Amino acid sequence: MRTLRFLLEKEFKQIFRDKGLLPVIFIMPVIQLLIMPLAANFDVKNINLAVIDHDHSSYSQQLLSKIGSSGYFHITGNAASFPEAMKQIESEEADIIIEIPANFEEQLIKEGAEPIYLAADAINGTKAGLGSSYLNTILADFNSEIRMKLLPQQANTGIDIRSSDWFNPYLNYRIYMVPGILVILVTMVCGFIAALNIVKEKEVGTIEQINVTPVKKWEFIMGKMIPFWIIGMIDFTIGLLIARLVYGIIPVGNLFLLYGFLSVYLVALLGFGLLISTYSDTQLQAMFVAFFFIIIFILMSGLFISVDNMPVWGKVIARLSPVTYFIDVMRMIILKGSGFSDIKIPLLIEIAFAVILNGWAIFNYRKTA
Amino acid sequence: MNEKAITCKGLTKRFGDFIAVDNISFEVNTGEIFGFLGANGAGKTTAMRMLCGLSFPSSGEATVAGYDVFTKQESIKKNIGYMSQKFSLYENLTVKENIRFYGGIYGLTNAELKEKGEGLINKLGLHSESKKLVGELPLGWKQKLAFSVAIIHQPKIVFLDEPTGGVDPVTRRQFWDLIYDAADSGITIFVTTHYMDEAEYCNRISIMVDGRIDALDTPANLKQQYKAETMDEVFYALARGAKRSAD
Repeated sequence: MRTLRFLLEKEFKQIFRDKGLLPVIFIMPVIQLLIMPLAANFDVKNINLAVIDHDHSSYSQQLLSKIGSSGYFHITGNAASFPEAMKQIESEEADIIIEIPANFEEQLIKEGAEPIYLAADAINGTKAGLGSSYLNTILADFNSEIRMKLLPQQANTGIDIRSSDWFNPYLNYRIYMVPGILVILVTMVCGFIAALNIVKEKEVGTIEQINVTPVKKWEFIMGKMIPFWIIGMIDFTIGLLIARLVYGIIPVGNLFLLYGFLSVYLVALLGFGLLISTYSDTQLQAMFVAFFFIIIFILMSGLFISVDNMPVWGKVIARLSPVTYFIDVMRMIILKGSGFSDIKIPLLIEIAFAVILNGWAIFNYRKTA
Repeated sequence: MNEKAITCKGLTKRFGDFIAVDNISFEVNTGEIFGFLGANGAGKTTAMRMLCGLSFPSSGEATVAGYDVFTKQESIKKNIGYMSQKFSLYENLTVKENIRFYGGIYGLTNAELKEKGEGLINKLGLHSESKKLVGELPLGWKQKLAFSVAIIHQPKIVFLDEPTGGVDPVTRRQFWDLIYDAADSGITIFVTTHYMDEAEYCNRISIMVDGRIDALDTPANLKQQYKAETMDEVFYALARGAKRSAD
């Protein structure tokens, strides 16, 4: 244990003396947490709409003003014909074209139905998909208003769907994203630092000096692990404070439970970093290998794309990443207030990750080659 | 009980088809200064790494401080000091911190750390530099410090891999004074060098050629045997026969 104390003392001195590393550890996550949630916003607003109105009736005007006042659309202008509107799409002035046929009002009154044509620029798939579906909702709404006016006796038929959104009633994207982004930041900082640290000692040659001393393998690994574990805890706490002060996100669930899971997660993550460092000979190598895995971990973690929506192979990859479980548990505890019994299984899986990754790293670190 | 600091019999290291160290046998007596010579790429460092417990031999047998290099590496590590070709102190720690760290992991008590640390700084005349980062020191001072740190736990044997490479002649002379002091205190010295004047300072030397030890004796006997005036000539006579190209 005395040996471990000397190793830790040395490691902390080196970390706090590294003028390049300190901002990476403490400033970078703060800045990212302030910026990323603002950008990672999937609410689609400002959809540019090109209008071709062949009817110029009071109904078509009503419909357009309804669309304009919804807050999602910005009507870029009237086009006389479809090719003209298409030019607006090509020059990226418009995202969606809505074409109202001539005799729209007349047909609607007479026949009770008249098709409207929508064309969406699917290069920006999210904008096209969400924009069309918003438009559909508005049109359906408009439709029932007109029916109510024309045929009041039929007004109350059909199913009226009312939904309410739990745990995030205003569907605020930040509430959903911030806990996940916090996980990513802790993952990036600790994952990379742990991966690079031992390799740096390999490059400089000091690891050989350590290998020729009686320092035990576990002491050396613990000497590397504990400082980064503490840094991870501090980073996470800073992030949680920012989430509270800037985004007003106050964890609903138990903080001890959250930190308990975090402490296991960090052990797993640092084990992963150390494992990479035992296989790499240079910092560059370690960096690229760590980058490769961390990118996959992040994209498959369920932060941006729900794991449930992934194909089977995607789900398999997601389940093989320790990040996925932590993001899940973060959202559960912070937003839903889930208790221990709800997170028991992810916790067990995370413990398994910690044991396997660290066991592998210790096994693969050889004092005698 | 053991007169021999190092014994080595048929020690061999292969990397694939390449035989880096080819069946070498020798013994080093306790308290001796043993020079381990050879051209670049002759296999000196590989042999030394096996003796230090950093690398497993492919075959043969060897003991260091009485411990087997196959099974008792960790016991060997308690009893040796090692100074590698690469500079091995932490450049972003101060002189004092390096001494404290290496002393600490070798199990010195706080009292010993304080006493040895001060003694070492006095001996090297590093008072005004003791709080400087090691990275800021000139190479010669670094090497002297690295050597002193390598023997801070008073090991039975110290392995020095080209400790004076790139160091000026005055500092080299001072370095050898430190080596003699260490030898006087009972530490066996195992040293590689490319400087033939340094070879003369050794009690006995071996010369490696292509992974084999082609000569092993006192400097005086070797000169006599090869009918040479200087160690330089002995070295040329042997190294000229090398088939392996230098690195």
